[in-house]
Amino acid sequence: MNVTIFLLALFDGVSYAALVFIVALGLTLIFGVMRILNVAHGSLYAIGAYATVSLTGFALSMGAAPILAFPLMLISAVLVGLLIGGPIEVLLLRRIYNKPEVLQLLVTFAVFMILEDVQRLVWGTQPYFQSAVLQSLGNITVLGVTYTVYQLILLPLVAVALLLGLRFFLRHTLNGKLILATTEDREAAQSIGIDADRVFLLTFIVGAILAGLGGALASPTTSILPGMGADMIVLSFAVVATAGLGQIEGAALTALMIGLGRSFAIYFWPEIAVLVPYLIMVLVLLVRPEGLFGSPAARKI
Amino acid sequence: MSSVSTAPKTDAPKHPKSMLWIVGVVLLAAVPFAVPSLQLLVTFALAKGLAVVGVTVLLRAGQVSFGHALFFGIAAYACAFLMAAIPGADLALLLLVGTLGALLAGLCVGLFVVRYRGIFFGMLNLAFSMIFWSILEKFYHITGGADGIRLPRPTVLGMALERGPFELILYYLAIVLMVVLGWVTIRWFASPVGQIFQTIKTNETRLEYLGVSPRRALLSGYLLSALLCGVGGVLMGVAQGAVTPEYVWWVRSAEMVFIAVLGGAGSVRGAFLGALIYEIVRTYASAYAGDIWQMLLGAFLLIIILFAPGGLIGIFGSLAGRAVKEDAK
Repeated sequence: MNVTIFLLALFDGVSYAALVFIVALGLTLIFGVMRILNVAHGSLYAIGAYATVSLTGFALSMGAAPILAFPLMLISAVLVGLLIGGPIEVLLLRRIYNKPEVLQLLVTFAVFMILEDVQRLVWGTQPYFQSAVLQSLGNITVLGVTYTVYQLILLPLVAVALLLGLRFFLRHTLNGKLILATTEDREAAQSIGIDADRVFLLTFIVGAILAGLGGALASPTTSILPGMGADMIVLSFAVVATAGLGQIEGAALTALMIGLGRSFAIYFWPEIAVLVPYLIMVLVLLVRPEGLFGSPAARKI
Repeated sequence: MSSVSTAPKTDAPKHPKSMLWIVGVVLLAAVPFAVPSLQLLVTFALAKGLAVVGVTVLLRAGQVSFGHALFFGIAAYACAFLMAAIPGADLALLLLVGTLGALLAGLCVGLFVVRYRGIFFGMLNLAFSMIFWSILEKFYHITGGADGIRLPRPTVLGMALERGPFELILYYLAIVLMVVLGWVTIRWFASPVGQIFQTIKTNETRLEYLGVSPRRALLSGYLLSALLCGVGGVLMGVAQGAVTPEYVWWVRSAEMVFIAVLGGAGSVRGAFLGALIYEIVRTYASAYAGDIWQMLLGAFLLIIILFAPGGLIGIFGSLAGRAVKEDAK
């Protein structure tokens, strides 16, 4: 096998896996705590990307340095979390925690449909492309293969930092421990005075910020067009389901698996590249229905 | 159409109410002569309605599928490929092959997804439909890519027909299929298998204690739902004369779920009523609200789920109930 192509596929896979992981992390966190699969997560990802492109484009036209785009990414992500994620939780999800799972799924799906059109109304249907940030960090050459620093080093670093940061946040900070306690047993947590509503809101906003951040970080590497949210929600669900819903560390591994599988397919068998993530998911779920790292749920009778 | 919308539903064969349904079907049958401009629209609506009944069947077991456009599309593509292989094939053959194709796909996907419930069930169905969609888009030398394939007009029982009579026959075929398959589905719900199937919604564990396999029960319902979607897909493909990957696109599946919930989750009559109203509103409203159509659907879905969980059927039922009470006074 040609070393150059092998390395290219490897790098593509790693940088793609990093992006998918960031989005999947938010999805699995929300599910782990609230037991709701947020279908609108894909839209939050797309809106994060759109917001970043608009903000960066504006800043660049004002004569700002391209490096300023990094804080703007963070700002877009936080805005998505606070302005869209917050209201969704407070106005909608709070009403349906006691409803059947199917209704919860339908509600987030309805939000997804609404947000898909909101994107089209605000940003139109023409694709956006804004890669000033990508070039500002320059390139790096590894064994004769030149790759952007942004994709090869920054994205994986951010993904690992988020994974470690979230672990630290959940296990060693007060708010994180409140979240873990509520996840373990909501009623017991409430009976010792934990405000479960606040914990849920916090979780949802953090999850939404992660979706927005995924989109913001993806924006320099891809053209941004309608439909990207739908692709991303299905893909990140594949990652999360393969790992086992609610499994944070597992999601990192499966994201890598799926990212590498997809990028190697692009180089060696391009027709099936889109299918690879789902093939992996189906194969894993056939053998382990609860996912690679999930444990079978206790059944309620 | 007003006649259909005033018809309330009860499962008990009470006189006035079931009469209203019969009147509704008769009025539909009169559409080609009374309002010819609506004919094709109603054909589309009934084709979609059949697929919506498929989604409705699964809702009775408490499951929602975000990917049932898959079977709709597979049936339509099976017809298109058949027409390409045997030019001038018969409509009856298309119906048979399309439905068999959908059933076969339903069996393959079904054997896998019946292991799951709730979130997994819904999302895995979505994943399968997305897979098929990307196959249709990517292998364009076989599937025609985003442009799709033409589906030339088939013969009807050996006769090659002009467009006018063919569409008329298709229209009445759609009505006959609606009545027959709707009746079959309602009877199936009442059958032992159908009863077991619906128990999955209330308490699956008890089923297992009774020695019944919930997976097998769910699979039988899944096959029925794939069949219904398949018949709808054949009708839609033949009526439109072309099939495109858009048939399988998740928006189609979402539309089906939307209509099922709008009509009244779990009601077969509601599915057709919902499909008719949806298709008419869409045709006239999309000129004004094309850009925000999905947004309106989403908002309406939220309103129904949060404030009127019974759907249209529930609303009409309570209106009719009120009318009956006032009559009694």
